[in-house]
Amino acid sequence: MNGEGNSGPVFADPITADIMLSVNGDEHSVAVDTRETLLDTLREHLDLIGAKKGCDHGQCGACTVLVDGRRVKSCLTLTVTVDDREITTVEGLAADGALHPMQAAFVERDAFQCGYCTPGQLCSAVAVVREVADGWPSAVTPDVSGPVSLDDDEIRERMSGNLCRCGAYVNIVAAIRQVGA
Amino acid sequence: MTTVAAPYAGTALDRVDGPEKVTGRARYAYEHAPDDLAYAVVVQSTIARGEVRAVDADSVLQLPGIIATIWHENAPRVAPIEDAELTVLQSPRVAYRGQVVAVVVAETIESATEAARLLRVDYQVEPHDVELRADHPGMYRPDHVNPDYATDSELGDPEAALGYAPVVVDATYSTPAQHHNPIEPHATVALWDADGLTLYDSTQSASAVRATIAPLFGLPQERVRVVSPYVGGGFGSKGAPHAQVVLAALAAKQVGRPVKLAATRRQMFAVTGYRTPTVQRVRLGADEDGRLSAIVHEAFEQTATVKEFAEQTTVVTRMMYAAPHRRTSHRLVRLDVPVPTWMRAPGETPGMFALESAMDELAVACGIDPVELRVRNEPTVDPERGLPFSSRNLVACLREGAARFGWAGRDPEPGVRRRGRMLIGTGVASSTYPVYRLPSEATARAEPGGGFTVRIAAADIGTGARTVLTQIAADALGVPPAQVRMEVGDSALPRASVAGGSSGTASWGTAVVRACEALTDALHRRAGDVPPGGLEASVDTAEELRAQRPFSRHAYGAQFAEVGVDVDTGEVRVLRLLGAFAAGRIINPKTARSQFIGGMTMGLSMALFEESVMDVEFGDYLNRDLAQYHVAACADVRDVDAFWIEEEDPDLNPMGSKGIGEIGIVGTAAAVANAVHHATGLRVRDLPIRLDRLIGRAV
Repeated sequence: MNGEGNSGPVFADPITADIMLSVNGDEHSVAVDTRETLLDTLREHLDLIGAKKGCDHGQCGACTVLVDGRRVKSCLTLTVTVDDREITTVEGLAADGALHPMQAAFVERDAFQCGYCTPGQLCSAVAVVREVADGWPSAVTPDVSGPVSLDDDEIRERMSGNLCRCGAYVNIVAAIRQVGA
Repeated sequence: MTTVAAPYAGTALDRVDGPEKVTGRARYAYEHAPDDLAYAVVVQSTIARGEVRAVDADSVLQLPGIIATIWHENAPRVAPIEDAELTVLQSPRVAYRGQVVAVVVAETIESATEAARLLRVDYQVEPHDVELRADHPGMYRPDHVNPDYATDSELGDPEAALGYAPVVVDATYSTPAQHHNPIEPHATVALWDADGLTLYDSTQSASAVRATIAPLFGLPQERVRVVSPYVGGGFGSKGAPHAQVVLAALAAKQVGRPVKLAATRRQMFAVTGYRTPTVQRVRLGADEDGRLSAIVHEAFEQTATVKEFAEQTTVVTRMMYAAPHRRTSHRLVRLDVPVPTWMRAPGETPGMFALESAMDELAVACGIDPVELRVRNEPTVDPERGLPFSSRNLVACLREGAARFGWAGRDPEPGVRRRGRMLIGTGVASSTYPVYRLPSEATARAEPGGGFTVRIAAADIGTGARTVLTQIAADALGVPPAQVRMEVGDSALPRASVAGGSSGTASWGTAVVRACEALTDALHRRAGDVPPGGLEASVDTAEELRAQRPFSRHAYGAQFAEVGVDVDTGEVRVLRLLGAFAAGRIINPKTARSQFIGGMTMGLSMALFEESVMDVEFGDYLNRDLAQYHVAACADVRDVDAFWIEEEDPDLNPMGSKGIGEIGIVGTAAAVANAVHHATGLRVRDLPIRLDRLIGRAV
C-alpha cells in the first residue's frame, strides 16, 4: 500500500535484463522483462510465431521448442534463463528451405488439421526420435536397462504432452513411426 | 441436378496449406502485429450475479506501462443490439461468474497481466442459481430450438402405445457441460484507422463477425474488415463472435492504438461458449421382435440469462427410426451461468448418446443383436416430415461396418470376456448429421499471366476447406489444382456462410462451382482470350438454394467400439474404434478420413473424460484448465479408423457431397458406453464414464 491516501498497489518499474538469445542459429540481442516467458519473447519480440500459446500453463504442449536439443515448454521457461542456450523452434527445423523429414511426414500423413498444435507436435516428435535413439526409457518401456524401440506405445506415451483437439493423433503416430523407423 | 466431372475431386491431395502449417509460417489471429500495438487483458467477475459497484481503475493506472483501465463507467458506448453477450462493459449488471467486468491495456503483456490480476472490483452480490435439474421450477418451453426447429413434435398417441407395448425401455441419461477447447484460444487484434475497423480474428466466419460487429459500432459493413487466414480450431466456439472481439475493438477505440487481446485458457471456460449439460428421458416401446411402436425423447437443458441458446437435443430422434407413435420435446431453464453455444454437432451429439444407448438397452431387453435391431427399424421415408430421403445408407454402414469390425458371432452375454486384467466388450451405435447448405457468394478470375484465382470468405478451421475448394474449382475450371489459387479467410472476399453445421463444403463449393462455370462461359465467349486486366465472374447462390427440391437430407454412419475395462480400477480403454460412413461423394479421402477420425476421437474423449463441473457455491465451472478438464491425449487413442460407403446422391449440390465435420462425433459415446455394458454388465447412463461410475458396482 502506498502512503498517500491511495490504497492501490505500488510497483517499481519492470526489471529488465539485456541478454543474447540464440534462436535457430541467429543471435538476438534483447532486453527482456524478467517476468517474460520464452514463448512471449519468441512471439511478441522476435516475430517467431511458430511456437504457439495454447494454455500458458504447460498443459497443452503447443509451445514446445528445443533447448540444446531437448524439448521444453517455452511457456514455463523464463527467457532470462536461456541466454546461454541454443534454442530451436519449428522455424528452425527445415534446413536450406527443404522440409525436415518430420515436417514432410506430417504433411504426407495429414498429421494435423487446424495446425495450431503442430509446431509443438513437430518439436516434440523430433526430440522423441532422438530420445529413443539415445536409449532414454519411458513409463511404457518394457526393459529400462536395454535399448528402446520406437513402437506405437512408446510414441503415444512420449507424445501425450502435446494435445491435439482436432484429433489427429492416429496420423501423428503414423508420421513419427515413418520417420523414426 | 447434374454433378460436375471430377478428375481431382476424389483424390487425396495433400493440404495446400500444409507447408505453411508445418513450418510455423501460418499466421493466426494473435500473431498479427500492427505498429504501436498495445496489449489488453480482461478481468472477470468473481460473483455469479449482482452488480459492479466500483472498479479501482486509478490505482492500477499508476503502475508502470498501464495505458487504460476500461469498465462500464468509462467504456465507449456500443449500440444496444439484441445479443447481450456482446454488449460488454455497458452496464453494472453481472449475469454470470467469469463475465468480463473490466479490461486493462498496457505496453506489454506482462504489465497488462499483472494489472488485471491486481485490479480491485467491488460488487453488490445477489444469490445465484446455477444448477440444472430436470424438475427446476423455471423450466420453460422455448419458442424454437437451434437453429429454427420446432420445440416439440408429436405423432399418434405415444403414451397409449407405450402402455400397450410388450417391451418398454424407460431410462434417463445425462451429459455434462463440455467445453470446446480449441488449442488456439479466442484472440482478436483490433485496429482503427481512417478506413474504419480492422479485426484480425480467430473465427469460423469472417463475414458473420463483420455483420455482427459493424452495427455495434454504428459502422456500415464495408468499413469493417475481418481477417482470419488461419484458425486454430473452433468446433462451434468460434462460430459466432464472443465478447473478446468487441472488447478488443472497444479497447483499441478507447486508447487510440491497435490492441491485441486473447482469452486465456482459464477465461475460455466462461467467455467463449460451451455445450449445455442435458438431462434426457427416452422411452421406447417395441414388440418382442424389437419393432418400435413408440419413441418418446424429452430433453432438459440450461441457457444463460443474457441470451437464449436452445440446443436441439431431440430433433435427431424425429428422423432416426420408424415408429407410428412418437414425441420429442425440449425444455430450458435460464440460470446465472455463462452462455452456451454450438459445439460439434449440437443436438445430435448429446441426443444420440441417449437414443443410441436406449436402443442398446432395447436390444438387450429383446434379446436381439443391436445391429439387427437398428436394421429392423429402418424407415422408408422421413418418419415425421414424410419426405423421401435423398439418400440413406445407414443399413449399409451397419452391415459393412459390422463385417469389417468382425461383429459376426458376437456373444451378447455381458461381463464374460476376460483378457488379463481387463473385461472386454464391443458396442455399436448409429451416427447421423443433417445436410445443410447456406447461401454464399464467390468470384472466379482468370489471371492475365495464366492461372486462376477463386475468392470466397470461407474459413478453413482445420477442416481442409482451402484444399477441397481448390479441388472443386480445378474440376469446374477443367485445370489442375496447381493452377488454382484459393483465397479464403477475409471478409473483404465475397460473403460466405459460417464454417458450421458441416455446411462449408456444400455451401462454398456450390458458389465456387457456379463462379467457375460462369467464368468458363465468359472465356468461351471470348474464345479463351484473357484481357490484360484479367477476367472475373461472380455469383450468389441464394436463388439456387431457394429452388432446392424438398428431401430429407442427412449423412449416416455406424460406429463400432471395443473396450477393455480394468477389473480392479474400472479404467476404461478404447481398444478399437471403427466408423463406417455414408456421406455422399468424398472429395478428398485424406482430409475426409482426418475429419471422421478427428470427430470420433473427440467422441471418445466425450465418452471417457470430458466434464465441466459446476461449482454450485461459487457459480462457475470449477475445472478451468487442461489439467482438470481432460481431453483425449495421444496415449488414449489407439486404433481409430474410418471408411465410407460409395454414395451417389444427385439431390445435394454440384459436388454430390454431404458434410463430414460433425458426424464423426455423433454416436461415438454411445458406442463406447454400449461396449462398456457388454464388457461389464454395467449400464452407464451419465457421461463421462468415470471410474467411480464403474467401481463399487460389482465389476
